[in-house]
Amino acid sequence: MNELLSLIVAKYNYWLYIILMMIGLYAMITKNNLIKKLVGMNIFQTAIILFYVSIGYKRDATIPIIQGDAGHGAGEAVIRAADYINPLPHVLMLTAIVVSVATFGVALTLCVKVYQRYQTLEEDELRMRLSEK
Amino acid sequence: MNNYPALVVVAPLLGALFAGITAWVEDRFTFPIVLTSLGIGVAAAISNMALVLTSGTIQYKMAGWMPPMGIEYRIDTLNAMVMLLVSVIAFLNLAASYWNVRQETPDRAGSFYVMYLLFVVGLLGVVATGDLFNLYVMIEITSLSSYTMVALGDKNRAPLAALNYIFIGVIGASLYLLGVGYIYIKTGSLNMADVATMVPHMKESSSLLVAFILCIIGVWIKMALFPLHVWLPNAYAYAPVGFARIVAPLMTKVMVYAMVRLMISVFGMDYVFNTLDLAEGVVWMGTIAILAGGFMALSQKNLKKMLTYIIVCEIGYMVGGAWLGNELGMTGAILHILNDALMTFALFLAVGNMVYKLDRVDIADLQGLFGKMPWTMAGFVLAAFSIVGVPPTCGFFSKWYLILGAFEAGAYHFAAALLISSLICAVLFFKVFEVCFFEPMSDGHGDGHHGHDNAVAMAEAPASSLVVLAIVSVSLIAAGVYSGTIVDTVILPFLR
Amino acid sequence: MELIPSIKPLLAVLVSLAVIPVLVSSSEKPNVREAWTFVAGTVKFLLVVSMLPAVMGGNQIVLTLFKIAPGADIAFRVDALGMLFALVASSLYIVTSMYSIGYMRGLNEHGQTRFVSFFALAISATIGAAFSANLLTLYLFYEILSLATYPLVAHHQDAKSRISGRRYLTFILGTSIGLVLPAMIWCYHATGTLEFSAAGIFTDQLSKPSATVLLLMFVFGFAKAGIMPFHSWLPAAMVAPTPVSALLHAVAVVKVGVFSIARVITGIFGIEFLASFDLGAIVAGIASVTILVSSGIALSQDEFKRRLAYSTIGQLSYIVLGAALLSPKGVTGGLLHIAMHAFGKITLFFCAGAIFVATGKKYLSQMVGIGYRMPVTMTAFFIGALSIIGLPPTGGFISKWHLVLGTLEGDQMVMLFVLLTSSLLNAAYFMPIFYKAFFCTKEEAMFERKVDEAPMMCVIPLVITALISFALFFAPQPFLDLATLAVNGFIGG
Repeated sequence: MNELLSLIVAKYNYWLYIILMMIGLYAMITKNNLIKKLVGMNIFQTAIILFYVSIGYKRDATIPIIQGDAGHGAGEAVIRAADYINPLPHVLMLTAIVVSVATFGVALTLCVKVYQRYQTLEEDELRMRLSEK
Repeated sequence: MNNYPALVVVAPLLGALFAGITAWVEDRFTFPIVLTSLGIGVAAAISNMALVLTSGTIQYKMAGWMPPMGIEYRIDTLNAMVMLLVSVIAFLNLAASYWNVRQETPDRAGSFYVMYLLFVVGLLGVVATGDLFNLYVMIEITSLSSYTMVALGDKNRAPLAALNYIFIGVIGASLYLLGVGYIYIKTGSLNMADVATMVPHMKESSSLLVAFILCIIGVWIKMALFPLHVWLPNAYAYAPVGFARIVAPLMTKVMVYAMVRLMISVFGMDYVFNTLDLAEGVVWMGTIAILAGGFMALSQKNLKKMLTYIIVCEIGYMVGGAWLGNELGMTGAILHILNDALMTFALFLAVGNMVYKLDRVDIADLQGLFGKMPWTMAGFVLAAFSIVGVPPTCGFFSKWYLILGAFEAGAYHFAAALLISSLICAVLFFKVFEVCFFEPMSDGHGDGHHGHDNAVAMAEAPASSLVVLAIVSVSLIAAGVYSGTIVDTVILPFLR
Repeated sequence: MELIPSIKPLLAVLVSLAVIPVLVSSSEKPNVREAWTFVAGTVKFLLVVSMLPAVMGGNQIVLTLFKIAPGADIAFRVDALGMLFALVASSLYIVTSMYSIGYMRGLNEHGQTRFVSFFALAISATIGAAFSANLLTLYLFYEILSLATYPLVAHHQDAKSRISGRRYLTFILGTSIGLVLPAMIWCYHATGTLEFSAAGIFTDQLSKPSATVLLLMFVFGFAKAGIMPFHSWLPAAMVAPTPVSALLHAVAVVKVGVFSIARVITGIFGIEFLASFDLGAIVAGIASVTILVSSGIALSQDEFKRRLAYSTIGQLSYIVLGAALLSPKGVTGGLLHIAMHAFGKITLFFCAGAIFVATGKKYLSQMVGIGYRMPVTMTAFFIGALSIIGLPPTGGFISKWHLVLGTLEGDQMVMLFVLLTSSLLNAAYFMPIFYKAFFCTKEEAMFERKVDEAPMMCVIPLVITALISFALFFAPQPFLDLATLAVNGFIGG
């Protein structure tokens, strides 16, 4: 039990993102309302973004901007990679955020379209309308 | 360093930019601009192919940054071929679909063309890139543009179909992204070639296993491998014809390419087949996909829907073939990427022509079509034979390699599924042909005084569509009879 | 033996293919269209004949078109067996083209352009199959032929032809995809080649059980040969216009089936290989059953063409039986029967069609006394029937004689018995037709005693083929020599 607990505490970032992901997935699968599904989708994506952000982090490290005097002084300072957090995952996530925002936008637009056409966003009602025709 | 690899991708990207502007200012210029940009893309893809064939793999460093830091385009014979395939189909389809676009989305032709180009950019990016994260971005560019394009289709059904497509597509892409995250944790690199050098040293790592499984499942969702296929039939069937024609042949095939790339160039055959014990199960999945796709297609009343289930079936061919674990099977799968793209394209071209003239394409609506649209039907018949696997059309030859591979791997169930699917497809298509040929029923000797039947007047699709269909039909046979050459010059150099 | 590279086989295949666009574009001018059909047919025949001397000299003409995989190219090789078959098919194509003018115009059929176009495609595929150098190429043309024949079978576009067309495809495509294709890939997987060679392609890759299974997959898979139980497409296909039944379902299509079986027996397995496993007997047994049962069924058929169809099923199995005897005379007889049966049976079909054109009658019970109205036709019928039964003075006697010799040579008395019984049955189902046509009282006769033949274009071809059947008794050399040459290649060489 203690071991498990320590495993969870040691890797709490992973556990958190997995829990978040599952919440999102759960909403996407079980919710009846399309907007709620979209919210679930967004949580799902955000969980992965958090995962990436957390893996770039190092204990006792600082933001990856090389300190020292501007100009020629910077080159002489010894750069130790362990002192800086890894910026790459964070940068990647900028792109991922853009992607998820775009997806979200498209999806919302489609929801509006669906609503205009059927006057509802509840899946069961939509299914009924579709089978009527 | 020459710039062909970048040009293939950048030409349509710039085209999209200009097309967006002209669509706003003066709509008449949009189409020529789009066509030109894709034409440049085709020319660049051809030069690219020639270059790869003569001087081997090209490494193109984006903006001059050195890999593994910068993003690298790595063009070998395989992706040179797929890039050529994508640009040629995109170009031809655009030429064929001018009238369809005018008919279906007259007020939004400009946005259609812009999204069309972005879609092509995404596909080409997926094929060209040598960077794992870049692959994700490109997949999402492709997906995003296809979500919007699907939504442009059938007013009643398309938005909902697109929404479902988004939900499942996002899960697929996210799983892939997650897998890339694990790869990065383990190797600290996103460059495919760089990762490939490190994988053999960490075979036992469970993180790597998780990464592999997540990536592969993500790609499977995007390619609609049964049972992850549920989004595909509705999305493709309700999309506007001009888009269905390109997404159906290319999207799934490019994702199969991505799977092959991950298997061979990132994780390596040794890891996939010797370290992991998954192959047999995946071949079974392929078998089931083939049979399920075939049987679901049998129950369809709408021609478009029927074809979409055939795509599901064909995905089973390629996934199963790639996972047979021998050179023959992989050859068959790669050859089928090319062949299936061509034949699906031909089928959807023909269906697009039918939609243009008939509006509805329920199978029962196709009466007398051989008399009405003889040229369209000729192309359709040829493509159907290719799907069935009648030589000398190309479908036969990829099936040939796949079955040989199945024999070699001892996966007789997969070979049997391939044969059964041939039979199912024969039934499917002859069901359609019968309606086109026999109905409305004649007494067999009706109005024959001129010696030919003109009971139904000819009403063919626009010439541009027919010319493209003719080109693709000929290419079906050409790809078939030259499949030996393709295997020797493109596929085997890549595999060895 | 020399291998002579030449483009002629390809030209012979392509010529009727190349003429199709011309046929389609001249659909408004039937005479021009028909003229082109003749030109193409004649050129094709001449091309085939021009290769005859080289083949007779013991050489082979080769051409590789496309390299697909090692040992499985798309390639042509003209040897004696292929030449024999090509000669039959291309010569009869000309005669049939003439006949179909008379028939189609006589009946005012619709869709004549489609008809002649697909006919040309079918004959191209037939010649292609005859000249195939390996199993892959053979399969390719076999499938093209299956599909090209479908619009011809379903020509009338009515409910009946729809059902028949469906049955036709189910049997032909079902067996070729379901049995031949896997069998072919099995061969390739085991040996890495599909090239026909007299010694066979197998050395020791096959045990006796798997060789048996493989052989049966081929024998049943080439369902065009009409081996029971995969025969019922042939009677169904009789809904097609008679020229189709005549050329395709008595000569081209069905003979491609038996030709393919003969190729597999002689070129894939090799006669010695089969003899060493004693597998000939199984095939011979299956063929004998087909011969006897189909002859029996033929007795009870009242529709003229259906009776001919069942007769064809039986006669096709003669060829398979001959090949399966695995003895020199037997194989010679079988191959020879490809030619002899073709000329005889096409005559009979021409007669059936001519009667239909002239009187509209399809059933034998309605043809009492027809001999007085159509004496020429019925005389030709008599000669054709003699040839099928195998009586002198017709070509059919020669081939059956060799078959009988073959059974004696192999000491297979059961097969001898089958052959003789079947000949009796053949006589039993043909002779009453002839008897009733001429020997009936005035009251029984259903026709006036006034000569009123079918159009000339129908009558001339059937006279020609009847005369050839007759002449082949006295001069069987071209076919006999080719068959002997082929057999020497398979067994002696």
